[in-house]
Amino acid sequence: MEFLNTFIQAAFIENLVLAYFLGMCSYLAVSKSVQTAFGLGLAVIFVLGITMPINWLINEYLLSESGILGIDLTFLRFILFIAVIASMVQLVEMIVEKYSPSLYSSLGIFLPLITVNCAILGGSLFMVSREYNFSNSIAFGLGGGFGWFLAIIAIAAIREKIRYSNVPPALRGLGMAFILTGLMGIAFMSLMGIDPAAFSK
Amino acid sequence: MADTAVKEKEPMFPFGKKERQLLSDPLNDNNPITVQVLGICSALAVTSLVYPSLVMSVAVVFVTAFSSLFTSLLRNYIPKQVRMIVQLVIIATLVTVVELMLKYLNYPVYKQLSVYIGLIITNCIVMGRLEAFSMANKPWRSFLDGIGNGLGYGIILVMVGIIRELFGKGSLFAGSPIELKIIGPTAEYMINTTESAMFGWYANNNLMVLPAAAMFIIGIMIWIQRSYNTKLVDVS
Repeated sequence: MEFLNTFIQAAFIENLVLAYFLGMCSYLAVSKSVQTAFGLGLAVIFVLGITMPINWLINEYLLSESGILGIDLTFLRFILFIAVIASMVQLVEMIVEKYSPSLYSSLGIFLPLITVNCAILGGSLFMVSREYNFSNSIAFGLGGGFGWFLAIIAIAAIREKIRYSNVPPALRGLGMAFILTGLMGIAFMSLMGIDPAAFSK
Repeated sequence: MADTAVKEKEPMFPFGKKERQLLSDPLNDNNPITVQVLGICSALAVTSLVYPSLVMSVAVVFVTAFSSLFTSLLRNYIPKQVRMIVQLVIIATLVTVVELMLKYLNYPVYKQLSVYIGLIITNCIVMGRLEAFSMANKPWRSFLDGIGNGLGYGIILVMVGIIRELFGKGSLFAGSPIELKIIGPTAEYMINTTESAMFGWYANNNLMVLPAAAMFIIGIMIWIQRSYNTKLVDVS
C-alpha cells in the first residue's frame, strides 16, 4: 500500500507543478490547446516513470559508497542523471515519430525540450533527497507524471475558454496564465487534508 | 562566420553601445522571466525569503555567464547532432561547482535551496541563451549576454522575494548577517505593531508565504510591464 500512498501524495498533495513550480516552461508554452497538452502530458508521464527507477538504480549501485565501485561518486549525480534523461527523451522522440507522426509534428520543439523540463530532473533529485526505496521511486515517477498531466490539461482547458472573455489587453495570454496557475495552486492546497496513511489501514 | 570582416584595430574586449545593450535589454524589454517566459521552473519556490533568492540569482548569473563563454569558445568544434548533450555537460559541470561551493560557504542556505540548485541545469534560460546566442556569437559578447540574462532573472527574483518576505514575514534578508525586522508584534521590530497606533491593524499575510503568491505577483508584474510597454502585448 506504500506504493499507492506515494502515488497519491505525488499526484495530488505535492503536485510538481502547483506546489513546487517544476516544469513551468513547457507548462505555460504548450497549454494553448487541450490536444497538444494531452500529448505532452502523456510523454511526461512516460519519461518520468522510466527515468526515476533508472536513476534510483544508478544512484544506489553506482554512485553511493556502498555501490559496486565502493567510492563516493555523488558529485557526478547531476551529470549522470541528465544523461539518462536526455537519452530516454531521445527514445520517446523516436517512438512517437514512428507511431504518431501527427502528434510528433504538433509537439514540435517541445518534445526534445522535455530533457530540460525541470519536473523530470526535479523528480529524480527529490527522490534522492527523500530517500525513497525502489518501488516508491516508481510510484513517485508515475504519480508525479500524472499530477503534471492533470495540471496541464486543466490549464489548457481553462485557456481555451478564456480566449473568448474580455481580459484587459496587457494581461492577456501570459499574465492571465500566471494568475490562473496561482489560483489552481490554492485550489490544490485543499487536498493537503488527505492523509495518505489512511489508505494503508 | 564574419570573423574575416573584423578590423584589426578592434579591441579585444570592446564595450560600446551594442555591448551595453546586451546587458540592459534583458532587464526590461527582453526579460527572461516576464517576456521570454524562461526559467520560471526552478525559481519561484525559493522566493519566499530575499536572502535565498539573492544567493540563487548569484548562482544563476555565474552559470549563465560561464556556460555562455565556454559554449561560445567551443562553438566551432561542437557537431550539430550532439550539441544538446555537450551543452548539458558544460552546464551540469558548472552547477556542480556552484553546489559544492555553496555547501562549503553557506550550509544553511544550501539546505534551504535543496534541489533547486541542481535544477539550474534544467533552467530554460541557460539552455535557451546557449542555443539562441552563444552558438552563433563570439565569446566576449556571449559572456555579456549571459550576465545580462542572469541579472534580468535575478532582478525579478529579488523583487518577488522582497514583496513576499516583507508582507509575509515583516522582515527583510532573514537568515543573513544583515537581517532587518521591519514590522511585527514585538519590540525587536522597527515598527512595533502592538505599540504603534498607526499600524496596529497589521498582521502578517500568510498568503504571501504560499508558493501561489509568487504566481500572482509575477502575473501582476507582467500586467504592469505590458501596460507601459504595449509592444509586448500578446495579440493571440
